[in-house]
Amino acid sequence: MRYIDEFRNPELIRKTLDEIERIVDANDHFRIIEACGGHTYSIFHFGLQKLLPKNIEFIHGPGCPVCVLPPGRVDEVLTIAAKNSDVVFTAFGDVMRVPGKFGSPLNYKATGTDVRMIYSPLDALNIAIKNPDKKVILFAIGFETTAPSTAITVLNAKELNIDNFFVYSNHVKIVPVLQSILDQPNMKIDGFIGPGHASVIIGAKPYEIIAKKYKKPIVISGFEPLDILQSILMLIKQLKRGEAKVENQYKRVVLEKGNVSALEIMNQVFEDRPAFEWRGLGAIQNSGLKLRPEFEKWDAEVYFNVEKIIVEENKDAQCGEVLKGIIKPNQCKLFGKVCTPDNPIGALMVSSEGACATYYNHMFSSVAF
Amino acid sequence: MLNDKVVFKESTIQLSHGAGGKASRKLIEGLVAPYLKVNELNDAAYVQAENAKIAFTSDSFVVSPLKFPGGSIGELAINGTVNDLAMGGAKPLAIVSTLIIEAGLETAILEEEIKAMGEAANKANVSIVGGDTKVVEHQKADQLFITTAGIGLVDPRVNLCAKRVKQGDKVILSGPIGDHGITILLARGELDLEADIKSDTRSVWPFVKKLIDVAAPGLKWMRDPTRGGMATALNELARDAKVSIVLEEEAIKVRPEVRGACEILGLDPLHIANEGQFIAVVSEEYAEEALKAIQEVPGGELATIIGEVQESDRHIVLSRSSYGGTRAIDMLVGDPLPRIC
Repeated sequence: MRYIDEFRNPELIRKTLDEIERIVDANDHFRIIEACGGHTYSIFHFGLQKLLPKNIEFIHGPGCPVCVLPPGRVDEVLTIAAKNSDVVFTAFGDVMRVPGKFGSPLNYKATGTDVRMIYSPLDALNIAIKNPDKKVILFAIGFETTAPSTAITVLNAKELNIDNFFVYSNHVKIVPVLQSILDQPNMKIDGFIGPGHASVIIGAKPYEIIAKKYKKPIVISGFEPLDILQSILMLIKQLKRGEAKVENQYKRVVLEKGNVSALEIMNQVFEDRPAFEWRGLGAIQNSGLKLRPEFEKWDAEVYFNVEKIIVEENKDAQCGEVLKGIIKPNQCKLFGKVCTPDNPIGALMVSSEGACATYYNHMFSSVAF
Repeated sequence: MLNDKVVFKESTIQLSHGAGGKASRKLIEGLVAPYLKVNELNDAAYVQAENAKIAFTSDSFVVSPLKFPGGSIGELAINGTVNDLAMGGAKPLAIVSTLIIEAGLETAILEEEIKAMGEAANKANVSIVGGDTKVVEHQKADQLFITTAGIGLVDPRVNLCAKRVKQGDKVILSGPIGDHGITILLARGELDLEADIKSDTRSVWPFVKKLIDVAAPGLKWMRDPTRGGMATALNELARDAKVSIVLEEEAIKVRPEVRGACEILGLDPLHIANEGQFIAVVSEEYAEEALKAIQEVPGGELATIIGEVQESDRHIVLSRSSYGGTRAIDMLVGDPLPRIC
């Protein structure tokens, strides 16, 4: 399959691994954080950790938008849908098993709440168009990767004059959270594997601050095994030379300037929130996106006057420490005992891209640790 | 072979409990088996009737949409039942079926499905000998549900039992995986994806018959990987036989269309349902002959040996890639796609 098979070519993978082995010395120790959940998944799925020298350590970052969602966000709108039979809750499949205070969207659905899985924000708009007597809430989630498609859906709703479609925005931005991680005390990160998908939209430039202010190299990477290994090689070369630059391994889709028209649409519809709460990391300034006031007619927060639901997290859950790279998922007290993919306590266990679920799913394999 | 320590704690039944994966197993082990004193889970159960060993199975079909490329609910109902019997090493003999019909269903739709059942039964050389019909109020069912029960005569040459599965045994797969699940997903039209694929629904008895003729003494275990896919079926074997199973990723055939859809949607073909494939575990000495036997039956050309059984304290399924990486393959968790059969 084109664009896939070339990047899983055993010979090229072997060559890249040999090159990495050649330049890494026995007394080196590199702590590399992959910011994107897709990378975490690939590293495990393709068994890359086992193939790499032992002194390259991965820290699994905050890049799964489902995982960093504060518990309570889903309840905030699900309780509205549960109380009002004319309200429909729509979300991507990943969100369906996120445990809220009173259950996941799937639990709500099982007890009669109108919960529907969608594959694109436009599906939610179509549900609204086909059901004028219903109020359809899109539980919008994701980094800059998905924010433009939510934005264009809002623009469509405006153009078609649809007044029964509402967005509950949980969209977040990647650079502020990477900065927040670097600002944590005792943080020992040597370099970043930069997000692939979010960078398609924002380009390479916004990461300059990571290189300039924090002096950390960052390589924007694709998701196939060869992509990730090449990115690691590029990172290690920089580290060995004492450099800190933004490099782009994923040139086949990521442009230096990003996707200009997507950015324009995103900026037209969304503005920064002063601060947004992240699971395990707390409030981060300018890290969340909300609808601009001129689009408040479609803003679920405004229309339904959504009340904040605060959920006390299980005291033993160490999602935050995992997200910051302080402990590995399997070092959490709840990991694999009470918190498992079929009974997730913390959100990192929910999505297949979550660091804990990925660890769990591969825990029996010798590749994992 | 069932884990009798499982307690079912959920307060409500979720769609995932019917998805054929981990949650389904929990429901059966934790709630059904303890009350009904079931102690073994197989596609078909064995009943000794005087001198004959009978395989006995029941199945139900709630697929949406009713018709899809390559098949329909009627055809699926017959093939699914026949295949469960075949997996018990039994020649399918007779089926009874119940139709649960939603009031308001167009007669023409029902007629087509009954016709499809008849044709599938003819093709599989099995008789539909009886049944029942119920009609429920509009919106109390979704168009048409079919339940079946089937009996088959177990071939006296076979002895299928997970406990016989040992180090060195080979795992044979009858053909490419994922066709059925992905076809249904695309047939629902909820995705802007199109691909030229069709369900693999068919009777697998002709393959199994040949396999028994050629390799009965070495044939130890069979399963048709429907809901939950190959990953779930092999994990159940690993647990039941207390072994690990190592697959060679390259040997597992997946059509490019199925692989493409899985890549886009983030699904693993190993978790996708099949309706016309089966996995057989055969001792090493019979493996090559067994493979050849399946390949010689029309439709079995793409059968391959996909891996082998290894002794291990960890009862898991591993997959090895062409460049040496390995990963553990878990059972299906949750439900990527409800009502596929």
